Amino acid sequence: MSASAPATPTSSRSDWPDDIYRTLKAHDVRQVCHVPDAGHARLIDLCNADAGMRTTTLTTEEEGVALLLGAWLGGERGALLMQCSGAGNIVNMLGLSRTCRFPMLMLVTMRGEWGEFNPWQIPMGQATRPVLEAMGTTVHDVTEAQAVGPTVDAAAGLAFSGLHPVAVTLSQQLIGTKTFED
Amino acid sequence: MTGQNALLDRRDAVKTLLDDRGDLLVVTGLGGTCWDCTAAGDTPLNFPMWGGMGGAAMVGLGLSLAQPSRRVLVVTGDGEMLMGLGALATISTARPANLAIAVIDNERYGETGMQRTHTAAGVDIAGMATAAGFVQTCTVLDESALAEFTDASRSVAGPLLGVIKVATDKVPLVMPPRDGALLKDRFREAVLGTPATN
Repeated sequence: MSASAPATPTSSRSDWPDDIYRTLKAHDVRQVCHVPDAGHARLIDLCNADAGMRTTTLTTEEEGVALLLGAWLGGERGALLMQCSGAGNIVNMLGLSRTCRFPMLMLVTMRGEWGEFNPWQIPMGQATRPVLEAMGTTVHDVTEAQAVGPTVDAAAGLAFSGLHPVAVTLSQQLIGTKTFED
Repeated sequence: MTGQNALLDRRDAVKTLLDDRGDLLVVTGLGGTCWDCTAAGDTPLNFPMWGGMGGAAMVGLGLSLAQPSRRVLVVTGDGEMLMGLGALATISTARPANLAIAVIDNERYGETGMQRTHTAAGVDIAGMATAAGFVQTCTVLDESALAEFTDASRSVAGPLLGVIKVATDKVPLVMPPRDGALLKDRFREAVLGTPATN
């Protein structure tokens, strides 16, 4: 069995990762860290290709919270890209953002919420928003491609000017529901 | 290292690591190393962590990437480092030349009742860092090796990691300010100038 390309998303445009990339550039994001997800593949490629961005692959998402605290201490803005399972992995570390009041911008690709076929993805997918909110994170959900750029822009403003943890959850309606069938 | 007599006092060892530190940027782990670094002298160029266990080395990585012209030293404990071992792989891959990690290893969880950590059973954190691909690693047992590691931590292109074996003696609590926002702001102001906190 091998992973296939995502099934057709309900949202019409597929170049929304480019909108995220342009928005991160507009907010002077210099450090991008991630545990890869298929939904972030194009954005990760765009960031890797940008000499003005430092991308760091993590072994687990909680490393990303600590990394971005260090980046902020050194004067750089960052963003953490992850799948929603990472929201479970970062819970304690995410407390640093509130305690130290540093910006924590998270871009979260969803599983387990829209037409999910894999039962193992459902618990964390359903718990992503409450878990993030329990740690004081503001969560913006996006289901339509045209809303991606403006939502990430608003989230970055809230994070970097408000010194606040903010997550944008990118729905499977946008990404497409993963299948292993074709 | 099981059963080995630790030769160094943790306060003396950390004081040596931080002596004449110049503009060295320091991130501490929570607990013992936070108090040790504060006992050596509280300064805005310390970022002492009171929480976020397992994250100190990664804070050091983010800082070293943002400030490539400054040396960064993470001073953390064996229990704290054991909680974030994946960071050794991440740091080795990111390859920050200006980052060194000192693991102050008393083979105990010092804040919770001195329970044995895995290093007491022989787990070799320096060996793990070597296997991850750190440029230079060592296990420090005496003052001359400590002096050598201290020099390397400020001059050798890293990442470097030294495990410094220390005694289990109880030492007095010496606490830095505990407000994380204050610690962050004073650090940024010291590194980036006043506008950083506006």
